[in-house]
Amino acid sequence: MGAAYWRGLEAMTLTVAAVLAALLLFGIFVAFDGLNPVDVYRVLYLGAFGTSFSIESTLTRAAPLMLTALCVAIPARAGLLIIGGEGALVLGGITAVLAGVALAGSPPGIAIPLILVAGAAGGAAWIAIPAGLRQFRGVNETISTLLFNYIAIALLNHLVSGPMRDYAQTLKPTSWPIEPAFMIGTIPGTNVNWGLACGIVACLVAYVALRRTTLGFAMGILGGNLRAAQMTGLPVARLVLIAAALGGAAAGLAGAVEIVAVHGAASVSLVVGYGYAGILVAFIARQNPLAVIPVALLVGGISASGGLLQRRFAMPDAATTVLEGCIFVVVLASNALYGRIRLLQPRAVAPA
Amino acid sequence: MNTGTDIGGWSVVIAVLGAALRVSTPYLFVSLGETITELSGRINLGLEGTLIMGAVSGYAISYATGSPWLGVLGAGATGAAFGLLHAGLCSLPRVNDIAVGVALFILGTGLGIYLGKPLIHPVAPRLPDIHFGAWSNLPSLRAALDINALFIIGVVLAPIMLWMLRNTRWGLILRTVGDSADAARALGYSINGVRAIATALGGFFAGIGGAFLSLYYPGSWTEGLSSGQGLMAVTLVIFARWNPVNCVYAALLFGGATAVGPALQAIGYGGDYYLFGAAPYVLTLILLIRSSSTRHRMFGAPSELTFNK
Repeated sequence: MGAAYWRGLEAMTLTVAAVLAALLLFGIFVAFDGLNPVDVYRVLYLGAFGTSFSIESTLTRAAPLMLTALCVAIPARAGLLIIGGEGALVLGGITAVLAGVALAGSPPGIAIPLILVAGAAGGAAWIAIPAGLRQFRGVNETISTLLFNYIAIALLNHLVSGPMRDYAQTLKPTSWPIEPAFMIGTIPGTNVNWGLACGIVACLVAYVALRRTTLGFAMGILGGNLRAAQMTGLPVARLVLIAAALGGAAAGLAGAVEIVAVHGAASVSLVVGYGYAGILVAFIARQNPLAVIPVALLVGGISASGGLLQRRFAMPDAATTVLEGCIFVVVLASNALYGRIRLLQPRAVAPA
Repeated sequence: MNTGTDIGGWSVVIAVLGAALRVSTPYLFVSLGETITELSGRINLGLEGTLIMGAVSGYAISYATGSPWLGVLGAGATGAAFGLLHAGLCSLPRVNDIAVGVALFILGTGLGIYLGKPLIHPVAPRLPDIHFGAWSNLPSLRAALDINALFIIGVVLAPIMLWMLRNTRWGLILRTVGDSADAARALGYSINGVRAIATALGGFFAGIGGAFLSLYYPGSWTEGLSSGQGLMAVTLVIFARWNPVNCVYAALLFGGATAVGPALQAIGYGGDYYLFGAAPYVLTLILLIRSSSTRHRMFGAPSELTFNK
């Protein structure tokens, strides 16, 4: 067995163990709240994967999570810790609406791809700014992207309550709508929109790009050792900007998909925490785009079960956030165990 | 008597100043605590979660005991526990302090909102005001000068903290650990031990900042209570160059930036309300850009900070 096999086995085993340990912690927590943990686990499963309705809800939530997780995982390959997915998603939503409105009247077959591209471009430009600030001014990208989230939300609120407002909508401030013909439908035979396909394809493409291309290899060197990358003459600035822009493009695409598949217009409904949950997904997946797909299903399932937990046990809707926080903490702590468990280490093959 | 309108544009200035004094207190406490944590060489990005936990526990204890000051202490203790959790996780090998911060941000927010659900309706006793404006007959000025005791405690604490950092044995140990872990180890100090104490202290102060939110201004428990004050305070510490006295000025500046939007809206200028809402974040960003450089590490920054590696 090769080294890659053992590394993969170790990562998978430790991550699954960490998630189980976090579930156990969560069980203890709800037991203190006077609930039966086994019942809570059962409802958690039912709400996430138990019925066709809950599976569809899980898949629908998993799609944007895959894309926002890539906003963390792709830049991480180049050594950046970017947590601006929430803001990039919002920006992608805004630029998607602008494109949609500008393209009014054109055939949907042309307009829809252009709207998605506009969303991705909006997110890419948004995250490229903090990457540039890091590269050329030494500004810490984690803190700047966090600030960019708040700035993006303020910008969205400003635009939908004035410059882009559709005054026909009185319920809450909403932007001009895109044409109904530009809305993408659901995958035939399901209630899941095409965003899921976007998410899965994006993860697969990102995996191939990061693991099988020269660009991805160069980013890997940069992320592993900045000095080594400089000495081998890699274009460090360009790699940092590309990695950040690709990540931002993924989150921006998530925003565009939310527009063309769900909302049809921009409003605060775009801000539901997909960006922050995406950070969690990326860290559980250990920044591996392929692993992002199943992890997004897990985290999407947890958030999908929130409603059922609330109805069955009158639990606050923040219960799922508590569980996600537990998983995040335990998964990070499990980093300490790598290389420590003998069963998971490569062993010398006994001579035949 | 219509003194409120007689002073015209000054009413906006007074309103902003008064609001700045009120709004700055959580910034002040979180940044004082984070100064200690960062001087030990760690960043705690999870203070936003700590702030929310502090707000909930302070409100609950004040409601249960009838004493807001016990609430403040309890909030501090909760914050310290979160700080210890951060420190414990970071002392494990291959665990990054910024990632742990993000995790505790999510956990603290979720836990705070979960535990705070039953507290949305009960009314807990609030922290008292000190009326510094009693001499004035302008109601707006009197309101602006109703200053909370916690703010004064913070302002008094800052120079004491600066003196302790510079002149006491404890301050020296803390700075040694933050500037060179190797030197501190050679001197026989426990790096993880010192950082655990520093992070717990940082959490204690952040918890108190949270108690201010729920027990004074806005003065009740709601789910959207904190809007990133805990995160911004981390940057504020950089702007203050790891100096507690500068934290007071920085907190007032941020409080002022936060207060401009609502003050303008109060006099009917509501056009760009949301853009003014972004003011503190944009200000933080500008300050961060100004104080960063690719060529040398930030002036006065502890060398062991993840920032500088």
